[in-house]
Amino acid sequence: MATIELQRVEKKFGELHAVKPMDLTIEDGEFIVLLGPSGCGKTTTLRMISGLEAVSGGTILLNGRNVTWLHPSDRDIAFVFQFFALYPHLSVRENIVFPLKAQREPNNVIEKRLKDVVTLLQIQHLLGMNPGKLSSGDQQRVALARALVRRPAAFLMDEPLGALDAEFRENMRAEIKQLHIDQKATTVYVTHDQIEALAMGNRIVVMSDAEIKQVGTPAEVYNDPANLFVARFIGSPGMNLVKGRYSEGVVHLPGERNRYQVPSFWRDNLDQASDGDGEVILGFRPEAAQISEDGELSGEVYATDMHGAYTMLHLNINKHDILHLRGTRLVYYPIGTPVSFNLQPSMVRFFHPRDEQAISKEMGK
Amino acid sequence: MAKFHEQGPRTPVSVSTRVDKVNPKYKSVNSVRALLVFIMAMIGLIPVFVMGITAFKARADVVSVPPKLIFEPTLEGFVFLFTNRAVVAQSRLVEFREAAEAGELNLFEQIALNTGQEITGPSDYVFRLRNSVIIAGLSTIISVILGLFAAYAFSRFEIPGKNDLLFFILSTRMLPAVVVTIPLFLMFRQLSLHDTHLGMILLYTVFNLSFAVWLLKGFLDEIPKEYEEAALVDGYTRLQAFFKIVLPQAVTGIAATTVFCLIFAWNEYAFALMLTSEKARTAPPSIATMLGRGGIEWSAIAAGSLGFLIPVVIVTFVLRQYLLRGVTFGAIRQ
Repeated sequence: MATIELQRVEKKFGELHAVKPMDLTIEDGEFIVLLGPSGCGKTTTLRMISGLEAVSGGTILLNGRNVTWLHPSDRDIAFVFQFFALYPHLSVRENIVFPLKAQREPNNVIEKRLKDVVTLLQIQHLLGMNPGKLSSGDQQRVALARALVRRPAAFLMDEPLGALDAEFRENMRAEIKQLHIDQKATTVYVTHDQIEALAMGNRIVVMSDAEIKQVGTPAEVYNDPANLFVARFIGSPGMNLVKGRYSEGVVHLPGERNRYQVPSFWRDNLDQASDGDGEVILGFRPEAAQISEDGELSGEVYATDMHGAYTMLHLNINKHDILHLRGTRLVYYPIGTPVSFNLQPSMVRFFHPRDEQAISKEMGK
Repeated sequence: MAKFHEQGPRTPVSVSTRVDKVNPKYKSVNSVRALLVFIMAMIGLIPVFVMGITAFKARADVVSVPPKLIFEPTLEGFVFLFTNRAVVAQSRLVEFREAAEAGELNLFEQIALNTGQEITGPSDYVFRLRNSVIIAGLSTIISVILGLFAAYAFSRFEIPGKNDLLFFILSTRMLPAVVVTIPLFLMFRQLSLHDTHLGMILLYTVFNLSFAVWLLKGFLDEIPKEYEEAALVDGYTRLQAFFKIVLPQAVTGIAATTVFCLIFAWNEYAFALMLTSEKARTAPPSIATMLGRGGIEWSAIAAGSLGFLIPVVIVTFVLRQYLLRGVTFGAIRQ
């Protein structure tokens, strides 16, 4: 299969940077997800890798070969579009063998590959049909078959599940993951859905404002966001972020009695990082809070949402700061109930308010 | 009936329709509308109908007032249309009558004889019609092909001054074409294009091209570019993608453009009258000037017009499924 390497790759539309110069190495067989809000440059990056968009600068290497200025058809990559792009005037069968016809494969090879791929995706029964008549899930299966049948060096997928109904989306997510495990094909997958990214990626590239904000495994970007953007963007809702003032092992948070005793292993780093006025941003995920009667932090219930397995509590700690906490679904919290809670020490993070970067929890950094 | 909105229809509604459309009041309004449309269509068809019956009328029936709906049909109009004739001299009339009785004359000659004429040779109607087919057909094909490529470029690529160019193309249609007849006539004289097939094909192509570019661009814009992109990454070149993917999906637009261009070139009268005389003269000016002995041969003109309609009707009929298909339901969800 293939490695993909982007070196200082950028895209400008006029004066506007759609993608600022970025470096990224995608390992052989990796499933990498480009994640970010719409307009962050993730699709442009994907299209530059495919050759559908010319770069404004930088180099793209595919398996060590410089493909920066190669025609899309000469790059040996397959592209799966959000809206499937199945050729409506061709049958499912003709759609799938279309790339093989371009390579002028002999008929017996075409037949064999077709058979393999339809068996793999279990779409034998669709072969004679017209793509317009299929359900969206089946259309995307056919589009995947068309990509797989060529055995390309890499797969590029642009929000392939974005156009599917919720019911198909869950199934297809598992199917694509299974396919990847099966085929070990290098895959670059673009999505704006962070749940999809966490569920599918070996690594996630979080992008925003035309640049990479963080690259890491799903656990890394979820547990240790590198900056406030990633902290807010990953998770639903995102990380709770409260501005506070640090001094001598205690963070003073908004609200009358909210003082957070910083765990001892954080102190050295916070002492170093918070010189000056001592302002820091405290971050924790909803599940890091444990509701208890003698908790050191407290607030009032502002709203509650039922999420099925748990209840999400929106807690007002003063007029401006609302925190999201995970509560048990067995307890009913009327609006206005005072709730106090503790934070699990290992799940607390700190950020600089000025440069919005995370303060490292490792010693000596 | 007044209580429809309380009681609903008497029988369950088993078709997909808006709730108020099953109200008997709406239904009766609808049939009135349908009737009106039918009547309008009939009124629109009256000229064609008159043309049809006139083609089969004898001269006396054509000019009778009030017009006759019931008459004895004759092929006189068609004989006059397809032949040149001369008046038979009184001295030879007996001779002809005898030949007719002996069955030596064919159908056309007999009909001509009934009006006191003999056939001297074929008329140039067929020749003119052939000119029309050649000129209208080729100019249509050329405009659609050129228009398709131009429209594709305008639809898909960044072209410097694209909007200005498109406006310029459209501006060629902004003045009545007849205004430029005299300059064109002089130019055609200078370039020896006067009364040639090439000249007329060029002229009609120029007039149709702007129309074809704009119409086809609209259709091509509707085809999502993802199809071509998919073909590009599937290993095809831009040109292959165009022929294999874009073209099959643009048939509706191509068919519609073809019919419009053909109808324009086929019906064009003013330029054909001015810029052709003999060799390249098309059917419209020659039908209109068809004169008979001592008066206008209305039946021949009607017969000629009837024949003139047939090719366009055939083309439109052949392409009708594409014209009516409209938007295809593709595999793209927008």
